[in-house]
Amino acid sequence: MLTYTKDRLLFNVLGYTFLGLLCLLCLVPLLLVVSGSLSGEEQLVRNGFRLLPQKLSLDGYRMVFKAPGDIVRAFGVSLLVLVAGTSLGAFLTAMTSYVIGRKDFKYRNYFSFYIYFTSVFSGGLVPWYLLMVNYYHMKDSVLALIVPLLMNVFYILVMKSFFASIPEAIIESGKIDGAGELRIFLTLMLPIAKPGLATIALFIGLGYWNDWANAMLFIRDPNLVPLQYYLYNLMNKTEMLNNLAGKTGMPIPDIPKETFKLAMTVIVIAPVFFVYPFLQRFIVSGVTIGSVKG
Amino acid sequence: MIKEFRKNRMLFLMMVPSVVYFFLLCYLPMAGTVLAFKSYRFDKGIFGSPWAGLANFEFFFRSGKALLVTSNTVLYNAAFIVSGLVLQLAVAIVIAEMGGRFIKKAAQSILLFPFFLSWVVVGAIVYNLFNYDYGYLNVLLQAMGLPQQDFYSSPGWWKYILLFFNNWKYVGYNSLIYLAAIIGIDRSLYEAAAIDGANVFQRIRRITLPLIVPTTVIMVLLSIGNIFRGNFDLFYQLVGTNGLLYDATDVIDTFVFRSLLGSQDIGMSAATGLYQSVVCFVIILITNAIVRRVQPDYSLF
Repeated sequence: MLTYTKDRLLFNVLGYTFLGLLCLLCLVPLLLVVSGSLSGEEQLVRNGFRLLPQKLSLDGYRMVFKAPGDIVRAFGVSLLVLVAGTSLGAFLTAMTSYVIGRKDFKYRNYFSFYIYFTSVFSGGLVPWYLLMVNYYHMKDSVLALIVPLLMNVFYILVMKSFFASIPEAIIESGKIDGAGELRIFLTLMLPIAKPGLATIALFIGLGYWNDWANAMLFIRDPNLVPLQYYLYNLMNKTEMLNNLAGKTGMPIPDIPKETFKLAMTVIVIAPVFFVYPFLQRFIVSGVTIGSVKG
Repeated sequence: MIKEFRKNRMLFLMMVPSVVYFFLLCYLPMAGTVLAFKSYRFDKGIFGSPWAGLANFEFFFRSGKALLVTSNTVLYNAAFIVSGLVLQLAVAIVIAEMGGRFIKKAAQSILLFPFFLSWVVVGAIVYNLFNYDYGYLNVLLQAMGLPQQDFYSSPGWWKYILLFFNNWKYVGYNSLIYLAAIIGIDRSLYEAAAIDGANVFQRIRRITLPLIVPTTVIMVLLSIGNIFRGNFDLFYQLVGTNGLLYDATDVIDTFVFRSLLGSQDIGMSAATGLYQSVVCFVIILITNAIVRRVQPDYSLF
């Protein structure tokens, strides 16, 4: 039989209560949204939110799929930005951190400083915005969603410390075999760095998927609105709903407004939920890499 | 230099994309801070607009906004740092000491999940909890026979709401860093303490806490380095453009963002941004100097 000492028992009671409470606080807001999205509009508006749906109804979701054009397009924009941005960003991050991590590269410290300094001092939002719009002509361009999140000093440092853990002898062996620098990087180092690369890619990808501010700054064209910004507009602008009413041919007072918004929120959360086990594994390992000095 | 370039031509070439990238997106905007000293004209651009001396700064500091957004930014961040530290340490210690593997994993998974949600989603959740008509909290208040609260027009509540959701999003993720530090502690210390008759609480106080002090100091100093940077997403998504709440919730970053998109006063927004960058820079230099003295391995430069 399992016996506990007194202190262990007390610790477990306190510890489990504390953690249980925190988990509950974490889950309840999410459960409310899911339950609300499954409620009937009438019950929701009259009685407010409940932890369990009062009358199971899929009206909110039905509404979403009645005129799915905008949502599918927003999803497509997000996916395109995610794939293009993450693959390019992860590659450039790896290449940069590999070079500034090469101990036999004489100017690595100058380059490191050049990159590092940008995280200590920034010109601020306003000049950056004006340059993006007036000089680089990023307004209403899908590039405006990709370029700002492409590279990040912190990820470069994390990746650099990952490369530092790979023995230099591998580079030497490549040189002896007559491979050029680019080849050594692409065919020898990159495959070994895969676990680190995966972590970095997930962080970059998460940044892209959850980004809305760049869309708010640069995107006016409804065809280029990504998913998060679409949800934001839906929550904050009633004309979006009226617009949608026009497309579904429903009279405005009949639209299940609240359950529709909730259903949209759940739909935006869903992809993250399904890849969560995967995300968790790499992000957790990323924390330990990141805690090593860059 | 030329010799080095010949020898490592490929390595230099491999640096070209990032050098160009950071030049265009970081260094040119730094040059663009001259805007703070100009009165911006759309037809003349950043570098052609006429000079305005310190008028933009004067306007910002005289408007009464400067003190408000600065103190909001610093106070919110201080509250986030302190509450975050306590919660994250507690979570890490409890999880590290817990026996059941399944419960451990489940608790970690639940606490980490909000980290992956976008702030837009968090904003939507907050709206559903707090809105006047059918927000969950008002339903609860009504059910208990209490008067409803109009949260979206009562600034007083938002300190707590923002504090709660900032921790809600980050506690799981940041506790991982402390957990990693605790797991790194030599097990034989705990075994020796157990043999000497130390109980769980004594072991936590005498072994765990002292040994994660370095990690804790670094984490706190790094956050203090950023104390002048407001979490733009948090404040903008939860409060948005609700003017009633600005006095209680406006931070430098939301103020700059709104003045850039809303008003035409580009010069003043740029001045505010430059003010933030400079103060931030000084604070980072100071905290880094401290880190270098405490723990040279962790200093950033």
